[in-house]
Amino acid sequence: MAKMNMLQAINNALDLAMAKDDAVVCFGEDVGHFGGVFRATSKLQEKYGKARCFNTPLTEQGIAGFANGMAAQGMKPVAEIQFADYIFPAFDQIVNETAKFRYRSGNEFDVGGLVFRSPYGGGIAGGHYHSQSPEAYFAHTPGLKVVIPRDPYQAKGLLLASIASPDPVIFFEPKKLYRASTGEVPEDYYEIELGKAEVVQQGKDITVLAWGAQMEIVDKAVAMAQDQGVSCEVIDLRSILPWDADTVAASVKKTGRLVINHEAPLTGGFAGEIAATIQQMCFLHLESPIARVCGLDTPYPLALEKEYVADHLKTYEAIMRSVNF
Amino acid sequence: MTNPNNATITTVHNAAFTAGDALKIPTLRILKDDGNLYDGADKPSLDKETALKMYDTMVFTRVLDERMLAAQRQGRISFYMQCLGEEATTVGSAAALDEQDMIMAQYREQGALRYRGFSLEQFMNQLFSNEKDLGKGRQMPVHYGSKDIYYMTISSPLGTQIPQASGYAYAQKLRGLKNTTICYFGEGAASEGDFHAGLNMAAVHKAPVLFFCRNNGYAISTPANEQFVGDGIACRAVGYGMKALRVDGADILAVYQATKMARDYALEHNEPVLIEAMAYRLGAHSSSDDPSGYRSKEEEELWRKTDPISRFRLWLVKQGWLDEDADKAKIEALRGEILDALKVAEKVAKPGIEHLISDVYQQPIPALQQQLDELKQHIRKYPDAYPVTSGRMD
Repeated sequence: MAKMNMLQAINNALDLAMAKDDAVVCFGEDVGHFGGVFRATSKLQEKYGKARCFNTPLTEQGIAGFANGMAAQGMKPVAEIQFADYIFPAFDQIVNETAKFRYRSGNEFDVGGLVFRSPYGGGIAGGHYHSQSPEAYFAHTPGLKVVIPRDPYQAKGLLLASIASPDPVIFFEPKKLYRASTGEVPEDYYEIELGKAEVVQQGKDITVLAWGAQMEIVDKAVAMAQDQGVSCEVIDLRSILPWDADTVAASVKKTGRLVINHEAPLTGGFAGEIAATIQQMCFLHLESPIARVCGLDTPYPLALEKEYVADHLKTYEAIMRSVNF
Repeated sequence: MTNPNNATITTVHNAAFTAGDALKIPTLRILKDDGNLYDGADKPSLDKETALKMYDTMVFTRVLDERMLAAQRQGRISFYMQCLGEEATTVGSAAALDEQDMIMAQYREQGALRYRGFSLEQFMNQLFSNEKDLGKGRQMPVHYGSKDIYYMTISSPLGTQIPQASGYAYAQKLRGLKNTTICYFGEGAASEGDFHAGLNMAAVHKAPVLFFCRNNGYAISTPANEQFVGDGIACRAVGYGMKALRVDGADILAVYQATKMARDYALEHNEPVLIEAMAYRLGAHSSSDDPSGYRSKEEEELWRKTDPISRFRLWLVKQGWLDEDADKAKIEALRGEILDALKVAEKVAKPGIEHLISDVYQQPIPALQQQLDELKQHIRKYPDAYPVTSGRMD
């Protein structure tokens, strides 16, 4: 075990994946010699050469299309989109190409070796072009897997599983936690299974569900609720698509209550999908309406970021409203 | 000297368009480093008043950049971007335009913005995201915009303004306006799909737009020779069937001359023109960047010697239009004014809570109004957690 922050854990995962398999190639804007603007690919060019870790021209649609082509040939490209806010020029390549490559060809061709890595989320005074959480757009696209880690240990294991996955994965990294989140991480290769949520804290009164950087927020809210005698079960969804409805439903059947927290705006956010499924699976067990604590239905603000975000106080209030319903 | 632009520099002293039949793209140079003009170079048709305004604008951005980068280091603002070394590109081009020509910039064009008359207070209000910011404190520092002075608000995603400029200029043409749109972008942004789409659209639909590329050698850490393999950016314009000009971006007289010529041509023929200014991004990409990770101090020092401001200052002195002592005193005074304005702007309140939901639509939709009402109730319950807005919600 070694103490790592999230960037070091991601860098370590990429290093191991490249060492294990020559087919793994990392590229993106500033990814080469410089090691990426956040340094997630630091030293990889030095170690594996310019052919396997390189800068691309500044074109996200080009990066995504290039990655599709490489993956179709059988390689395992790990392509970085510098900020999730800048993934949209690549939307066509990802939604219409990556996601449908296998399906449209009757499995003649696939891009299953492909991973898109991209830092997402707020909390860095980034305004609306450096703070967005676009997971729901991609969760609406059959054929993609969408994964979001909460800490360094999770980041390494989930990223290695994403690279090993036979299906294309979009791996969103909570950039607020890149250096802020540290923890013990095994130095050896390990994978954390995709599509599985994790119950990170057992409880009996209410289930609180989140993913990525919001897990920290939820933990703070849960601590406040516990001071009021409320026992919370906390779940990290980890995979947004496919998502682990069984683990969430089992928890809600036990607690009878559910609060879902995400950074992205409320309307059309992934919490809506979860709420619809869980009310169907757990209808007779529910003691109160499923609550959503999310961003407002506006672009991500700058000066009023504190007011906008789905913070611990809003989450605590939602927990208490649910318990006292 | 290094070749950060990854392009052939063939110097000429008379402006000439380059078309598809000419493979070598000439680079216009008028003003030498020592403040003299090249022999036989086009004489700039520049009056004293305009020349001094151009100079003052370059000096203003230089001093503003120094001060605000320091303010960022002090934690007073969250982020900053300098235009160090590139002042002549945006000031020289803006000076060649009509004041109602639309400017669609990328983010490093504070020179053009200041030339149009954006006030020191307006700069500061945006940088501090306060309630007087025209953009209502919504965007990161340096994302300026002002309808009054025909300066489209900056968007961070790169290259998006390029096809928009084509459309804006096409609309100006349809409206019968004798105005153009200038669209600034870097050589990195020219790799985006929007660049190719925008140029082709402008060429096909004959939009009188000026595409102004600041080829400054770097897109964050990526040098131009890892960005493209062709001869700079100007050659692509020829590929799309439009006229192109390449200029020395540190030579404000050449930039001015080229832009005037391009503007006249664009309006006369209803055609786009691309200008490529060969420059060097002397500062970091932004306050979040450290160039020591990808280029040498020696390289930077070589380019520091081509300073666009000192070159123009020497020329102005030779014209008898500028007194060096008076100029030094003026710059010192400017430093004081900028610091004073900074101190004022940082004390101005942030935008009120209502601006969390305003402008998403022309009128807030009912769901959004409800979200705001609920948020206000929440803030009233926890006023200490939301100090920016809790004391002034009604």
